[in-house]
Amino acid sequence: MRFLLVEDSEDLAKAVASRLTLEGHGVDHAATLADASHFLGTAPYDLILLDISLPDGDGRDFLVRERAARRDTPVIMMTASASVSDRVMTLDQGADDYITKPFDFGELQARCRAVLRRRDGAVDNRRHFAGFIFDQLGATLTVGDDIRELRARELRLLEILLSRPGQAYSKAHLIDRLFSFDEEVSDNAIEVYVGRLRKKLDGSGARLETLRGVGYRLIPE
Amino acid sequence: MMRPFDPARIVSLRRRLVWQFLVLSAVLVLGLFLVVGWVADRASRASQDAVLGAAVTAITEGIRSVDEGLELDLPYATFSMLGAMGDERIFYLLTVAGQGVTGYEDLPPPPTPATDMAPVFYGADYRGARLRLASVGRMMLIQNRLQPVTVTLGQTRLGQAAIARDTARSAAWAALGFMLLALPVALLAAQAVLQPIRTLADVMGRRGPRDLRPVRHPTPRELAPLLRALNGLIARLRAALELAETFIFEAAHRIRTPLSLVRAEAELALAETSDEATRIRLRRMVRAIGESSRSANQILDHAMVMYRTDQYAAAQVDLAALSRAVLRAIDPIAEMRDIRVTHDIAACIIQGDERMLEIALRNLLDNAIKYAAPEGHVDLTLTCTGTEATLAVTDDGRGLSDDPAQLIGRFRRGANVGDTGGSGLGLTIVTEVAHAHRGRFQLKSGEKGGTCALLHLPLP
Amino acid sequence: MRLAAFAVAVTYALAGPAAAWQSEDERIFGPEDAPQIQVLSVTDLAAFAPVLQDYVTRNPGRGIRYVQASSTEIYAAIHDEDARFDLVISSAMDLQMKLANDGLAASVAPDARGLPDWARWRDQLWGIALEPVVTLASRQALGDLPVPRTRRDLIALLRENPERFQDRVAAYDPQVSGVGYFLIAQDDQVSDGFWRLAEVMGRLNARLFCCSGQMITELREGRIAIAYNVVASYAARFRPDDPDLVQLAFEDYTFAIVRSALVPVNAPDPQGAQDLLSYLLSDPAQRLIADSAGVALIAGTGKPPVPQLRPIRLDAGLLVYDDRLRRAGLLSEWRAALIQP
Repeated sequence: MRFLLVEDSEDLAKAVASRLTLEGHGVDHAATLADASHFLGTAPYDLILLDISLPDGDGRDFLVRERAARRDTPVIMMTASASVSDRVMTLDQGADDYITKPFDFGELQARCRAVLRRRDGAVDNRRHFAGFIFDQLGATLTVGDDIRELRARELRLLEILLSRPGQAYSKAHLIDRLFSFDEEVSDNAIEVYVGRLRKKLDGSGARLETLRGVGYRLIPE
Repeated sequence: MMRPFDPARIVSLRRRLVWQFLVLSAVLVLGLFLVVGWVADRASRASQDAVLGAAVTAITEGIRSVDEGLELDLPYATFSMLGAMGDERIFYLLTVAGQGVTGYEDLPPPPTPATDMAPVFYGADYRGARLRLASVGRMMLIQNRLQPVTVTLGQTRLGQAAIARDTARSAAWAALGFMLLALPVALLAAQAVLQPIRTLADVMGRRGPRDLRPVRHPTPRELAPLLRALNGLIARLRAALELAETFIFEAAHRIRTPLSLVRAEAELALAETSDEATRIRLRRMVRAIGESSRSANQILDHAMVMYRTDQYAAAQVDLAALSRAVLRAIDPIAEMRDIRVTHDIAACIIQGDERMLEIALRNLLDNAIKYAAPEGHVDLTLTCTGTEATLAVTDDGRGLSDDPAQLIGRFRRGANVGDTGGSGLGLTIVTEVAHAHRGRFQLKSGEKGGTCALLHLPLP
Repeated sequence: MRLAAFAVAVTYALAGPAAAWQSEDERIFGPEDAPQIQVLSVTDLAAFAPVLQDYVTRNPGRGIRYVQASSTEIYAAIHDEDARFDLVISSAMDLQMKLANDGLAASVAPDARGLPDWARWRDQLWGIALEPVVTLASRQALGDLPVPRTRRDLIALLRENPERFQDRVAAYDPQVSGVGYFLIAQDDQVSDGFWRLAEVMGRLNARLFCCSGQMITELREGRIAIAYNVVASYAARFRPDDPDLVQLAFEDYTFAIVRSALVPVNAPDPQGAQDLLSYLLSDPAQRLIADSAGVALIAGTGKPPVPQLRPIRLDAGLLVYDDRLRRAGLLSEWRAALIQP
């Protein structure tokens, strides 16, 4: 997916962009609203992450202008104030969702997915790999005519593994990305999801391989 | 400079009013005594003067010039009458051509000689007494010579003074009597006058500790300045509080952006490092940031609830629509944790504060998702009976171990929550929202384990 | 009114010659060395002695120096000669009144319950006895003549029997006696018939006396037959043991003089005087006094007054009798009636 990140803090923007890139997304960064307009004029984006306070104006005003111009790229507001009124207002002004800083990337992703899912069909999100089609938004895995539903963490796991096929991920790494940090998870918890995903991948032409002492990787058969 | 507080300086308005009344009445009584005394003195003096004048005239009429000189018939009855009122002392003098003929020759003469039949009245001290005198003069032919004859009659005025004094005293007693009669009335009046102050105090006293609405209680005009001052104070207080709120939001904003950066960097680092010790540290860091963020959110929610409780203004709220909106907002978080959220929402419209209800419901669902079993289930049921709407949030988590009432206390967390993050303020917030709506909040163990949180809100 | 007076040559001296006043009698009651209350009184010592004796008996620590004098002497002593007395008692109401009016009487507060209002003037003049003024007759001298019941009867009696009463009618000499003058002034004021009586008495060459006592003595010794205007208390002293003495209380009117007491402003012992006055107004003293006067001043202490009794009020009206012109006029009229050419 292609994100436009509108955020004036250079450091934060870099970190967020890196994190999103890690998930396999493309990210452009605009430090001002003017930059943002420029980016939006040159390329299509699947989603805009919009900060509220920017050096050349209020993100909400920008949003209102965008919506008034009938440009309806999904927008998730990033707010630091977390007040209910701000949240409600941003939603009223046409934002698709909001997220309060500092945010959990897991939550950000979940929200992005939810927003895109609601914009049903606006983005073609399906990926072909080996013998299956992975629909991230629909949370399905299609092998031939067989459509298999994925649970949230199975989907996340598949997403991570698919972002760099063939790359091995350690258990710890996967736990960090699959679970929220305030959850109490044992190392073995990941094996449950690996086991489940293997079953779902059955006959798909792809294999979830265990590399003893290293981790897991997804490879075509 | 601040004056030290001295309890003796506290004055009772009521006592002051009554005292003022008493002092005023005393002044009135005294005034009445003096005025009536003066008037009575004048009136009785005038009538006494008339008697004295008539007496001296009568004596003068009795003087007859005869060949040998003068003939005088001093009338017994006249003297008797003059003395009648209070045993007055009586002095008289008859002079012919300035020479005393009979009576008290050293009696003080009138300041201006009496020349016609109209008596001249005057006062003088004589023989140790204050006298009122009347003098009449006329020309008479005595021994073939026209000579001036003067009759002077004086009397003490003890009786008259006593009468004037008695009259004044009676008036004073009467006034004193009225004053005594009026005293209970004055007490009642003071009570009545002070009643609005008491009522205002009651109105203020009944207010909640955070109720900062201006006072709109109808008060007498005289109390309007006090009320204005009070409302001014309230307005300043509210402005100060709002400023503090703005400050909190601003501060939150300033802290949150760097925190976001720290968290994002930490997560990135986590993704990139494989050193287990570093990973543990980074994980702790991320978790701490998450907790602080969550606590800050709850504190802000709480502040918002407090604020809106004070400003409480009920409006129509579509509880079903609100529930769906909150569910939608919370859904990604539930999904992230593989928790299934189901709902059964009946149409329900109540009177209330939408923002507060949203905060309450979000906290309830947040809590439920947090304590639900792994890949568990959370359910929201909205039912609506004739008198009450009930939001029931059920989870399938570990359930309750502590006294549910204790859990609701601020910053309290169940003993069995282990490492699950949270400030424990969530349930307090919900309770306060319930109270603001005259509803109630209940935590109980679910039928099949887990916890059931019930928010009952009365229907109008 | 027939009263006439002449202002010319008013040489009549009210208080007599400038010589010092003269007392008639004097006695000390109580122990010699006790502090004494000085009493100057017109009352006959013999008549008043029991009362004073009673007082000193009741108050062992006290004594009384009792000086008796005529009412004019008393007036002169107090008014003009600054004599020092604690209590002054006189039957000459006009003179007492004048003393009080002229500011010579002090205010005192004796216990005076029951004293009628007309028997006091302010808190300075206190009536202590009621003294009816009667006419005395010798039963023997009247012989078979009817006892006169009114002045009219008396006039008729005298007119019809001049031989029997020639030189044998007595009356006060108003030129000498204060009481005598006062009674004549009262008679003059109350009745026109009095002057007819005076003329009749003048024709009979009536004898004039200074005092009641002398008149009674002459009467008892048979030298006079009728004594007009005698203060009854004197008569009362003799009447019980003298059946010849007839007391006539005329039915047209009978005066009663209020014998009054005052405390002079210069009294050396005003407290003692007030104490004695309180006693004189008390029931025991009033009983003794009423007994000798024949009538009670304070109700309940003796015989009630007879209906024709006309007590003379103690009030400011009394002052007119003392007027020089009036006095001169009255006396000259009296002389004209009594001393006939």
